[in-house]
Amino acid sequence: MGRPQPRIGVVSYPGSQDDRDALWALGALDAEAVPVWHEARELPRLDAVVLPGGFSYGDYLRCGAIARFSPATAAVCAFAEQGGLVLGICNGFQILCEAGLLPGALLRNETLRFVCRDVALRVERADTPFTARCEPGQSLVIPVKHGDGRYVPPPELDPAQVVLRYRDNPNGSVDAIAGVCNEAGNVMGLMPHPEHAVDPLLGSADGALILASLVESARERALASV
Amino acid sequence: MRATVLVRPKAGILDPQGDAVERALEHLGFAVSGARIGKVVDLEVQGDDEAAARAQVEKMCEQLLANPLVESYEIELHG
Repeated sequence: MGRPQPRIGVVSYPGSQDDRDALWALGALDAEAVPVWHEARELPRLDAVVLPGGFSYGDYLRCGAIARFSPATAAVCAFAEQGGLVLGICNGFQILCEAGLLPGALLRNETLRFVCRDVALRVERADTPFTARCEPGQSLVIPVKHGDGRYVPPPELDPAQVVLRYRDNPNGSVDAIAGVCNEAGNVMGLMPHPEHAVDPLLGSADGALILASLVESARERALASV
Repeated sequence: MRATVLVRPKAGILDPQGDAVERALEHLGFAVSGARIGKVVDLEVQGDDEAAARAQVEKMCEQLLANPLVESYEIELHG
């Protein structure tokens, strides 16, 4: 009997750009990728949700500030509060911070330049649902492309919530933080784009380690709920 | 009632835009320091009661106009 495919939703907001890459990458990694429209007040049956990169609602006011009020974001918050797995990539990370699902804020890059290049990351935690395929301390090469990626943590951030750090900080993030999770560990956000690094032809396949970790964790949850 | 909301980066939060503008002003020959860049939001609030209007705008700031982790805000009301 084949392994069941976990159902992973990808929310498309007006201005999302990387939703299709995320859907494709999840499909390539043996998930059933499910598009979710931003107007959806309820999520379909899902084992995990991805908030993709882009410039939702033009990133007016602050990045992610308007997307936070979209019906689908409210549904994602409810899903996360019930323990559902949620991964926010780039603009998705900004939305999760604005929605209060993740601590901190993402501000204009220190250099004021939009950075678009591969960056080296260090895996700080390999015991999360999003990094289980990685080794602690492992180096990953995954591209970033953002103008507002400088992570500012709240003073009370537990260092154990830092999942990924930049080896060469591209945006001035405090403590070189590239990715954080919530206290419960079921919600994670990162500025680099794992969905753009799932095949060696694209320069790196290291992003597949993050997304395959998510797919595997979602599959375990799908099996547990049967 | 018209309200003006000033949103500023909190003290201690790095403001690269302010730094860049400061350098540009220095380049023009001005002796300046401490340049910080924020936002202005002008709006009309219904009703004439100043206290009620202020309370409304406070809520707007807390819920949307400012991110309290990194920004402070100031409300001005014009009758």
